[in-house]
Amino acid sequence: MLRITGGTVYDPANGVNGVVRDVCIADGRIVSDVEGGRTIDATGMIVFPGGVDVHTHVAGGALNFARGLVPENQRVARKFLHAPGRRGGIGGMTPTTFATGYLYAGMGWTTVNEAAVPILTAKHTHEELHDTPIVDKSCLLLMANNEIVLDLLEAGEVERARDVVGWLVWAAKVYGVKAVNPGGVAAWKWGKNASALHGPIEGYKTLTPATIISGLAGIVDDLGLPHPMHLHCNNLGNPGNVATTIETMKLLQGHRAHMAHLQFHAYGGDGWETMRSGAVEVAEAFDSHPNLTADAGAILFGDAVTITADGPWQHMLHQLTGRKWGNLDVENETGCGIVPYVYRDRHIVNAVQWAVGLELLLLTRDPWRMFLTTDHPNGGAFWRYPEIIQLLMDAEYRKEQVRKLPEAAQSRIVLGDIDREYSLYDVAIVTAAGPARALGLTQKGHLGVGADADVTIYPAKPAADGVLFSYPRYVLKAGEIVVEEGEIRAVTDGREFIVKPAFDDRIEEYLRPLFQKVYTISFENYPVEIERVRGASVVGVRS
Amino acid sequence: MIRLTLKEQPSVPLEAEALSPDVMATLAHDAICALPVYLGKRQRRLDDFFEVEGEASDFLHVEGDASRVKWIGRGMTKGHLAVAGNAGMHLGAYMKGGTIEVSGHVTDWLGAEMSGGLIRVRGNAGGQVGAAYRGSLSGMTDGTILIGGSAGLEVGMRMKRGIIAVGGAVRDFAGLQMKGGTIVLGSGAELRTGAWMLRGTIVSLKPIPMLPTFTPAAEYNPTFMRLYARHLAMLGCTIPFAEADGAYQRHTGDSSVPGKGEILVWAPR
Repeated sequence: MLRITGGTVYDPANGVNGVVRDVCIADGRIVSDVEGGRTIDATGMIVFPGGVDVHTHVAGGALNFARGLVPENQRVARKFLHAPGRRGGIGGMTPTTFATGYLYAGMGWTTVNEAAVPILTAKHTHEELHDTPIVDKSCLLLMANNEIVLDLLEAGEVERARDVVGWLVWAAKVYGVKAVNPGGVAAWKWGKNASALHGPIEGYKTLTPATIISGLAGIVDDLGLPHPMHLHCNNLGNPGNVATTIETMKLLQGHRAHMAHLQFHAYGGDGWETMRSGAVEVAEAFDSHPNLTADAGAILFGDAVTITADGPWQHMLHQLTGRKWGNLDVENETGCGIVPYVYRDRHIVNAVQWAVGLELLLLTRDPWRMFLTTDHPNGGAFWRYPEIIQLLMDAEYRKEQVRKLPEAAQSRIVLGDIDREYSLYDVAIVTAAGPARALGLTQKGHLGVGADADVTIYPAKPAADGVLFSYPRYVLKAGEIVVEEGEIRAVTDGREFIVKPAFDDRIEEYLRPLFQKVYTISFENYPVEIERVRGASVVGVRS
Repeated sequence: MIRLTLKEQPSVPLEAEALSPDVMATLAHDAICALPVYLGKRQRRLDDFFEVEGEASDFLHVEGDASRVKWIGRGMTKGHLAVAGNAGMHLGAYMKGGTIEVSGHVTDWLGAEMSGGLIRVRGNAGGQVGAAYRGSLSGMTDGTILIGGSAGLEVGMRMKRGIIAVGGAVRDFAGLQMKGGTIVLGSGAELRTGAWMLRGTIVSLKPIPMLPTFTPAAEYNPTFMRLYARHLAMLGCTIPFAEADGAYQRHTGDSSVPGKGEILVWAPR
């Protein structure tokens, strides 16, 4: 039992905006009142619900490949020496599993959503998530280039496709469905990409990215998954991709969807020389589609490692930069590419990218639909979120940074003209309440009675050597104090949220012969056993 | 002067980046004795392994067979470090200034990613001299490494600037992916010298097997070799340059990258 007293509470999901009140905790949940137990005096501090990361890459085959590909980053990364009760590890761009948990918790984030899991490496992903302590986890299944699903969508067998998707979601023990460059990764197996939404995909006769997008979004809605289809649009990173992004929003009319790392999809111009911010157009279109949510995928200057299932884009990035390149092919399901990258403030394209991420966060009107991410580690490491919050909260500081950019870049962005400043209430929405609601995690992202007792207490003034939100004074996870005065105090095991959608069991009779024919592993070895997902918590589907 | 005498061979390699003039220059005797070293994953005291004499000096003298002591002189910026005997891996890695002298042999990653200073080894060195660590874009960016004996694989891999001179035999892949700087091979090298080199100069005083992606370009006595010879002579290393004695055959490459590097092979008259 625990009482947090005297703190100024920001709990947007319950409409609490900076009210001094007590927060009471018993048995890992928020309760209305407690008798006795420890009291934390939070006088002069601010109390937030624990942060929720709606889109990050922290576990699995691709991330592990990236860890191996960038030893030069690991060498200079922050080290966690092993101590009683705490495992060793390293931070940096691609932190090790244990360090990932310590870093997220150390920043005040208590729930993370791993956004890209191929079914074939789902076992590996769950093992890594189990070794990611403190935070609660969920993960999304890569689906928009799965050849079995694509064949069914091309044949117009949507009913059967829905059963296959439902079966696959439960087989992989995941929480939702991710679509990466729909059709593009399948085309990449022929050395091509899928850049036209209504053009046929290489290797198929009539199937187009548009069919996949609307088909999958409908299937996810029908299955009633708590999180809508999580979409990485076509044409990521290409100048002029605003048109694709806005067209995609139109395709999603009538469906729920979450658009990931929108920054990478909001570029105007028609080539690298003319590339400019397209944030105004995208924000306007986004505002008029209340069925959608999105995350920013903002970039920060400095080192990054780009990891995505979007194989063709990664090959393009490798050719643009000359940096090393890793490519994985995941049989019939997806692909993956990895390229280390440095975002430079003197580079016009990078400067525009930096501005676009912030512009999207500032120009979209509803903070309940646009969330803070860096698409970790693509736009920058997640432990740099406080730097973005500072840029959002302080217009003067932000304009000062804009003035440091090359003039050619300043003329291609609108960030310098935006005066909006985030309030603490807004910050609590984009970092916790909003993402939790979009993920359909009703017990996360708020401090109402019955919610999980994930609470972060920040000092009201930033520490001398950092920005506000860098160093929470206390972080509570499920009611336990895990971080106190910047030190990890307790290392707890987080849960993993999964869903079991309804599907026709007879779909196995359809899948089994296909497996014998096209997969390298047997059908029986394919699904992840529930015992393998330790700390599994099954979330109900929407009715 | 601070004199450090190795008491006994550590059972596993000892990581001792505290053995640097930068660390010890202002420390009293007790503080030096208490400096941390790592035996495997266990932290130990420097005086568990070394007899320590003297204090507060930027002149270090290490005695004994320290071939299992790693990271000596790591990142040092000033002073003088003398090793009477052998030294272990990563000697002078990330070094920025000062001098290191070793009377015996050293092993891999000598002066890796150094950016200044002078390292002189009387005996043999291992592989990856002045090289880039795995994944890094560039190896040494300045400074000088002089080796009296032989050296191993990938000497000067991805080096960007500075000089490496090796008196004895050098193994495969000298100057691999070299980006600049100079490597002098006193006794030639084995296979694939200069593979993937982009820029920079490799000088060999003995004939070497040449990759097919290097093109013979000229036979000449470039003026800069006279300057190099004079500079290296001050460091006690002699290379020929006079027209009366012979000429350098210039080969350009590596055209598979494609690169603008050169390999100069001395042909005596």
